Amino acid sequence: MPQNEYMELHARRHGKRFDHDEVQRKKAARAPKKEAKMAKKLLGIRAKLFAEKRRKEKIQMKKAIKAHQEKLAKKKAPEEVPEGAVPSYLLDREGQNRAKVLSNMIKQKRKEKAGKWTVPLPKVRAQSDAEVFKEVKSGKRRNKSWKRMVTKVTFVGDTFTRKAPKYERFIRPMGLRFKKAHVTHPELKTTFYLPIIGVKKNPSSVMYTSLGVITKGTIIEVNISELGLVTQTGKVVWGKYAQVTNNPENDGCINSLLLV
Amino acid sequence: MHRSGGETEQRTRALTQFCSEAGETAGPPIELPLNLPKQKLQLILNSLLKQDDNIPYSFFVEEKEVTKDLNEVLPEDYSEEKIVSILYQAQAVFKVQAVTRCTSSLPGHAEAVLCASFSPDGRFLASGSGDTTVRFWDISTETPHWTAKGHKHWVLVTAWSPDGNFLASGCKSGLVIVWDPNTGKQVGRTFNSHTKWITALCWEPLHLSEDGRCCRLASASKDGTIRIWNTTSGSAGKALSGHMQSVTALRWSGEGFIYSASQDRTIKVWRPSDGVLCRTLQGHGHWVNTLALNTDYAIRTGASDPKKLMKTIPEYIKNPSDRKTAAEERYRAALQQAGGVEKMVSGSDDFTLYLWTPTSNKRPVAHMTGHQQLVNDVKFSPDTRLIASASFDKSIRLWNALDGKFIAVLRGHVSGVYQLAWSADSRLLVSGSKDSTLKVWSVEKRNLLLDLPGHADEVYTVDWSPDGQRVVSGGKDKILKLWRK
Repeated sequence: MPQNEYMELHARRHGKRFDHDEVQRKKAARAPKKEAKMAKKLLGIRAKLFAEKRRKEKIQMKKAIKAHQEKLAKKKAPEEVPEGAVPSYLLDREGQNRAKVLSNMIKQKRKEKAGKWTVPLPKVRAQSDAEVFKEVKSGKRRNKSWKRMVTKVTFVGDTFTRKAPKYERFIRPMGLRFKKAHVTHPELKTTFYLPIIGVKKNPSSVMYTSLGVITKGTIIEVNISELGLVTQTGKVVWGKYAQVTNNPENDGCINSLLLV
Repeated sequence: MHRSGGETEQRTRALTQFCSEAGETAGPPIELPLNLPKQKLQLILNSLLKQDDNIPYSFFVEEKEVTKDLNEVLPEDYSEEKIVSILYQAQAVFKVQAVTRCTSSLPGHAEAVLCASFSPDGRFLASGSGDTTVRFWDISTETPHWTAKGHKHWVLVTAWSPDGNFLASGCKSGLVIVWDPNTGKQVGRTFNSHTKWITALCWEPLHLSEDGRCCRLASASKDGTIRIWNTTSGSAGKALSGHMQSVTALRWSGEGFIYSASQDRTIKVWRPSDGVLCRTLQGHGHWVNTLALNTDYAIRTGASDPKKLMKTIPEYIKNPSDRKTAAEERYRAALQQAGGVEKMVSGSDDFTLYLWTPTSNKRPVAHMTGHQQLVNDVKFSPDTRLIASASFDKSIRLWNALDGKFIAVLRGHVSGVYQLAWSADSRLLVSGSKDSTLKVWSVEKRNLLLDLPGHADEVYTVDWSPDGQRVVSGGKDKILKLWRK
């Protein structure tokens, strides 16, 4: 047994003997005969070890042969009886919509969990605190800056009264307070000027929602009683959601799309 | 019943005459007080007809049923001199009790139970299921008897031979196998000629078979053909092909014709002896789903008379030739009760039913509309007077079998109604529905009698045993339920 690679090194440098392949082939062909001779000749512990090694080889060989045979023999697999047995009057009819109803229900639940709704503007740029608020200095020496003034359009509602100026942290300037919004009906393609009922959700932050900050992408609730929509049971619909589509602080008005 | 403003005289009596459905009068015209209750009318009629046992009758004046007394059904142009003719119809003497409770749930099938039925003499019960086996059940102990394996796919239809000696079953791979209920083993060879699944099986009526042994069986398949098999010789008989699409329903009539309804919107009338197509009945606008003949119940029960089965010791006829004569008698009696004409009703996906007299006419007798969804099952009552139709619009409608006029609608189910079964005395109807309940309806009162919940999933099949004792129902929950009084 070579200790190093000198034999391979030599073969690489000088090539192999011309009859090398032939010799190898004949040696391999004679190998089973040699194995058989050894199996008979060996005695004692060597015999046992040899026998064990041979047994393992034989098992592997048998497995390989069986695998080949299975591949060749084309057996007809026993037919699986499908599930979902239905009587003859229900065959030929679409498997009842229960499956579709369930899948729809699951999809709805998933949507609710993910919080994704089909809105005209699914993604908007999030507004950071620095953009929305401006620090207002207060105190005798004008070095306290815990007050913030909102630089975006807000909605405050009818019953709003400011807190006492000494304690008021967020200042919502009157000039940026809006009560009405321009709402476009997507199908009718007409725009109405409707009063706002409230701010439902501001996509940037929950705090902005509670403050009533309206930026692009905010969902607001508008009073549509003047449109005269009626539900299936006959009740008059007077509030619907709309999504803001412009930057109101730049334009001076709130433009939105009604979510039907 | 409104009176015109001028009349103030008391109407107390009327000149009446009883006449049967066929038109024969029973006795001379009699003057009867108008407030005479119905029971007294029955007594009078029984004595007029000189009958010893008090047979119950129902009375009709100009198609309005007499429920309490004559006052309410008096015709518009009533006058004391004019004879009011009262039509009488004999009702079944025996009375079937409504089933109220589930006596046992028989699990055993590994898949949904697709078809279950009682043998014509009510002694055996067999069910076929989606797990490819047919199971025979012992009715008295309500335990499983035999499991018959042989099919390779769902067992879609089963049919008992009219003498109760064999059960034929058809599966989704197109095989038809005949079993012996006493041993649970296959009889004869498997009939293998259909290429697609079997949609319907029908045995030859007992009174048409030679010497009272049932041997001919017709099977209809999705491949559009009908094959007639001889079970004793095992030979494949005629193949009746002509339908363009799947054959959905099959009936072997007592007059010796085979009626087949198909998805190609036609119903074809065949002569089984030589396989010739006699007539094609057209009219439906969509698939024809089901067929029913007015003598269906008589043909199905063959020689066993429900009256005799209901006795404390039921009587069974053993001799085949006796059976044949008994079956013939029953068939003739049923036909006569129906007015001598064989009628057929077909229900379709176009939400309507048609009433036909297939032996004589190509045109339908009546077009019965009213359902709002496809009609899945139609059944004539055993006394041939009423038709009940079950539809996916959650309602069951009752129609008059003579002219196809609408009688009443039975509402109560919350989902499509799949199958119906009449009780042997035609007074009760049981329906199984997609909403997993069974409901027992009273036909006289035209309303819901009992609600039988209990199944966990859709109920695919219902059957009322001919002796009126039990109702079997099976469905998607793989359990067979037996209901008793």
